Amino acid sequence: MIELQNIEKYYNPGTVNEMGLFHDFNFTVNDGDFVSVIGSNGSGKTSMLNLICGSIPLDSGKIIINGKDISKMKEYKRYYKIGRVYQNPSMGTCPTMTILENMSLADNKGKIYGLSKGSDKKRVTFYREQLSRLGLGLEDKMDNLVGQLSGGQRQAMALLMSTMTPIEFLILDEHTAALDPKTADIIMELTDEIVREKNLTTIMVTHNLRYAVDYGNRLVMMHEGKAIMDKNEQEKKETSIDDILDRFNQISIEVGN
Amino acid sequence: MSFAISILEQGLIYGILALGVYITYKILDFPDLTVDGSFPLGAAITAMLITKGVSPYLTIPISFAIGVVAGICTGVIHVKLKVRDLLSGIIMMTALWTINLYIAGTANVPLFAQKTIFSLASENTLFAKMGTYITVVISLVVVVICKILLDLYLKTKSGFLLRAVGDNDVLVTSLAKDQGNIKILGLALSNGLVALAGCIFCQEERVFEISMGTGTIVIGLASVIIGTSLFKKASFMKATTAVIIGSIIYKLCVAVAIRNFSPQAMKLITAVLFLIVLIISGRKKTKANGMKA
Repeated sequence: MIELQNIEKYYNPGTVNEMGLFHDFNFTVNDGDFVSVIGSNGSGKTSMLNLICGSIPLDSGKIIINGKDISKMKEYKRYYKIGRVYQNPSMGTCPTMTILENMSLADNKGKIYGLSKGSDKKRVTFYREQLSRLGLGLEDKMDNLVGQLSGGQRQAMALLMSTMTPIEFLILDEHTAALDPKTADIIMELTDEIVREKNLTTIMVTHNLRYAVDYGNRLVMMHEGKAIMDKNEQEKKETSIDDILDRFNQISIEVGN
Repeated sequence: MSFAISILEQGLIYGILALGVYITYKILDFPDLTVDGSFPLGAAITAMLITKGVSPYLTIPISFAIGVVAGICTGVIHVKLKVRDLLSGIIMMTALWTINLYIAGTANVPLFAQKTIFSLASENTLFAKMGTYITVVISLVVVVICKILLDLYLKTKSGFLLRAVGDNDVLVTSLAKDQGNIKILGLALSNGLVALAGCIFCQEERVFEISMGTGTIVIGLASVIIGTSLFKKASFMKATTAVIIGSIIYKLCVAVAIRNFSPQAMKLITAVLFLIVLIISGRKKTKANGMKA
């Protein structure tokens, strides 16, 4: 379970550009939830993910994971339990290393990176199996550099790599936004498969309203640092894309756009 | 002939330096100026130990270890104290000048009467037969051992992380690893190799001189850039081999150029050649961030 309690977050504090994003923000994600988060730019979606992962510091408030306060925990330590896929496909892989080397690197997460051999030959079959489910033919290119792959192929690898070892939470930061529609569909379908299979508690930020409605069991709309819409599984089933668009337009009118 | 031998000797010894610079510059993408201090650091500790009667062979691991310490210092200044990469190196380079003076005792320590790894080898019957080639052979042995060990290391799990951190530090964080510590490790290994190069160089030249480190970074970078851009297409050749060859080529260019000028022009020639290397390798286009500032 992820709990955000009384979160305060200001950008550029003490300057003329000071901008309060979160003020007394509270948000809870239950175990097994797959939350789709939508909202306009600057609504605080990605900031929320960054606060949970520790990529940006918190002004005050608490972030609690499984009952443990992790507000002061360093970013890298939080990733023992969290897997994260970014919008930019090159963030999740190493371009100058081969597919095999990338897979081996991810496979060792949570263990010691010592002086034993980087790639375990015995694991190659497992890697090939994992890659073959992508249907991209990557399993036959194990010795190719990842830098030579397309954005979609890299993102598919990033998804596999981030969920390869036992983690509890999956953070998806607009992970289909940089892909062409067809590839995005493939990646989204694969994401859903992996989340179910590994029973991961997932937060997915997306601008694709169709994905937000079709996937996950909870739908949240963020606006100016608040969750202005929060639909559970039942309510979500009854929500159409048009309903959400209406709400979007409503906000825009309020803001004066 | 002696011209060729001396180029090979120097090129191979500076090849060890190139291996070190390869780690920071190519793998970590960190322009590390510490090498201007850690190269003479290796030489200073070697000169001091040899004059005290310590075995010349022992100076090799000791130089490496003390270079590692220098690299850790640069890493800590950069990673923990959040000083920019270039400045961290400059701070350590400046500090090491004084430290090198302390270690060596004076600005100039000749080792003409003392034993070195080269003089010890010439007493050995196996090596003695090689005559004038002895320095080249020993330098070759040392640089090849360093290269093989580095190659092996880069294939380990720790080596994978090191390669990943220069490439994509976000990924390393996602793997629940502190990317700062990996950078420190890389700087440590790099400066260890650079100090080891200083150790061998000092024994070959039979002298420690406080200003011998000035411009080391230029030689290292030039070797790495020549090597990696010349053999970019040669996929059969490892980058570690390429940078050693790069070092020999660079030494050859400098030696040829210097024949036509007075020895005082040495640094100017070094700098101009480096500039030419940079322009030819077209690195301004391909890599915008590296050495600017």
